[in-house]
Amino acid sequence: MEETLIRVVDLKKYFPISLGFFSSLITRKPPVVKAVDGISFDVKKGEIFGLAGESGSGKTTTGRLILRLLEPTSGKIYFHEKEITSIPERNFKEFRRKMQIIFQDPYESLNPKMIIKDIIAEPLRVQGIKNEDEVMKRVVQTLEDVELTPPEEFLYRFPHELSGGQRQRVACARALVVQPEFIVADEPVSMLDVSIRAEILNLMVDLVEKYHVSFLYITHDLALARHLCNRLAIMYLGKIMEKGFVEDVISNPLHPYTRALLNAVPIPDPTSRRVKVVIKGEIPSPINPPSGCRFHTRCPNIKGDICRREEPKLIDLGNDHYVACHLYS
Amino acid sequence: MPETVLEVKNLHTYYKILRGLVKAVDGVSFRVEKGKALGLAGESGCGKTTVALSILKILPPGGQIVKGRILFDGLDITRMEEAEIREKVRWKGISIVFQGAMNALNPVYRIGDQIAEAIITHEPDISKTDAIERAKKLLELVGVEPSRASNFPHEFSGGMKQRAMIAMALACNPKLLIADEPGTALDVIVQAQVLKLMKELKDRLNLSMIMISHDLSIISEVCDDIAIMYGGKIVEYGDIYSVYKEPLHPYAKGLLESFPSITGPRKRMTSIPGSPPDLLNPPRGCRFHPRCFYAMEICKKVEPAFHPVKTAHFVACHLYQKA
Repeated sequence: MEETLIRVVDLKKYFPISLGFFSSLITRKPPVVKAVDGISFDVKKGEIFGLAGESGSGKTTTGRLILRLLEPTSGKIYFHEKEITSIPERNFKEFRRKMQIIFQDPYESLNPKMIIKDIIAEPLRVQGIKNEDEVMKRVVQTLEDVELTPPEEFLYRFPHELSGGQRQRVACARALVVQPEFIVADEPVSMLDVSIRAEILNLMVDLVEKYHVSFLYITHDLALARHLCNRLAIMYLGKIMEKGFVEDVISNPLHPYTRALLNAVPIPDPTSRRVKVVIKGEIPSPINPPSGCRFHTRCPNIKGDICRREEPKLIDLGNDHYVACHLYS
Repeated sequence: MPETVLEVKNLHTYYKILRGLVKAVDGVSFRVEKGKALGLAGESGCGKTTVALSILKILPPGGQIVKGRILFDGLDITRMEEAEIREKVRWKGISIVFQGAMNALNPVYRIGDQIAEAIITHEPDISKTDAIERAKKLLELVGVEPSRASNFPHEFSGGMKQRAMIAMALACNPKLLIADEPGTALDVIVQAQVLKLMKELKDRLNLSMIMISHDLSIISEVCDDIAIMYGGKIVEYGDIYSVYKEPLHPYAKGLLESFPSITGPRKRMTSIPGSPPDLLNPPRGCRFHPRCFYAMEICKKVEPAFHPVKTAHFVACHLYQKA
């Protein structure tokens, strides 16, 4: 069994909604958006853990909470079994080196006024490496790791001179240069063309093999998650509905929501065009999530009143396959 | 013989920029039949949106159709006057749902009024009340509660906005609907809902469609024929079952293989190395040869002709040229 790198316990993040002056006088308790509402999972060393769900399910918030780019409302995050939510910001820099992020949109996440060398060198400088030879050596090495070769060709170029796929490699390089143990990849390929997605994803797999880094891979694409991840958690309105080994979750989906998601994935084969059972409606507002099971308003297999009344617990059905649904309790 | 709604013949659309001419569409021909949907696929920058803009003659400044014909209902759109196109073609004949359509709604007008505006512009004789009534019927057709016509766009969810845009495109009973990336920017479940709606509309209204997407799985859900574009040219064209079952062009093969499957075996994903060609100076010969595994000497020099391999399946590749 691999050792646990990140452990998240009952993590919550509520965003307050700012009210107008008059409404704030008459409202006693300001409303909150329950973006993440009590989730627990762990990421093992050298593992790609997938976090999937529709937009608004809280997956990006979760990624940012783990890196403490956002402060959690409650809950604990352990890194190598050390609790990191209570470490004061000024002492947090050493953890920042070990935990990095790759953002969704490589057209937005790279400073257009900086050359590639400076973009990748910046995290090193922040971490206090001042020796220019050392910085240069590591930037070149990292460019080779992300297969932007020969590195000399890229060092002095600006982001606008690169294609989308190359930019995302630069974003990977920027995360990797400080030799992190854990990287949050927030939909790293959703802005890229299908034909080059595989390059970036295979690069992630190679990095896991080569440097034994762990990834939290945030995605809405279950087909990609299936080929990439070891384990997968499905989120809906701030809760984990199902989690387990990726093969179990995809080939034996238990939660009606997971089934609905899988059913909606388009298949590049016209002969398998089926009469699809597509669930109705869209994800409800996280300000007033439905009572009981949050999915009951759209659920095709609703069991009865219990779904409206009581929130299902995440239970283990064997082989680390967890599901939060009254159908299984 | 099925009725042809639109026929594009040898279309060349170039953009003039400071550094020269961008050959965005360089000799494209295809046909759309009544009640059928054609998928136009390819990577970004391959010219698929430019084809759509050329058909409606709404190219941005600098863009120009330099050669070719676009026959709609027997009329050549490339030779029509602007006023004539506005009167006969746009909305009434051909309408378009743009990419990121949810941002195309005006935030300060009610949804119903926006749809009615399109109707009134193209049918000046209709009264405002009748136009609003029709807008409500259209919303019902696309699965939105008609009473929501008095809502503003911010009260609609992303999927509902996309539906409203489709309703608006159908406002003047067009024969052909062009949908540019109708699924992108939507969540999987909502995307599946929208695709299902488009398929139903196609069958119910006997509507012809051109669906533009880089995502072959979206095209496979709705379309009857597919044209795969690369660097401003169509490289493979044919019946969707035939093309997906047996893709011939190395680019088409690569595109189909780069799709992770939700059903088949788990494997390392494949991609097409390299990036799309610079259309200012496209490579000589076959435009795909710098990225092609099977490139031969001839591919660097001679542009492959487009020819049928079997009925309703065409490919432009030297590998299939009869020796």
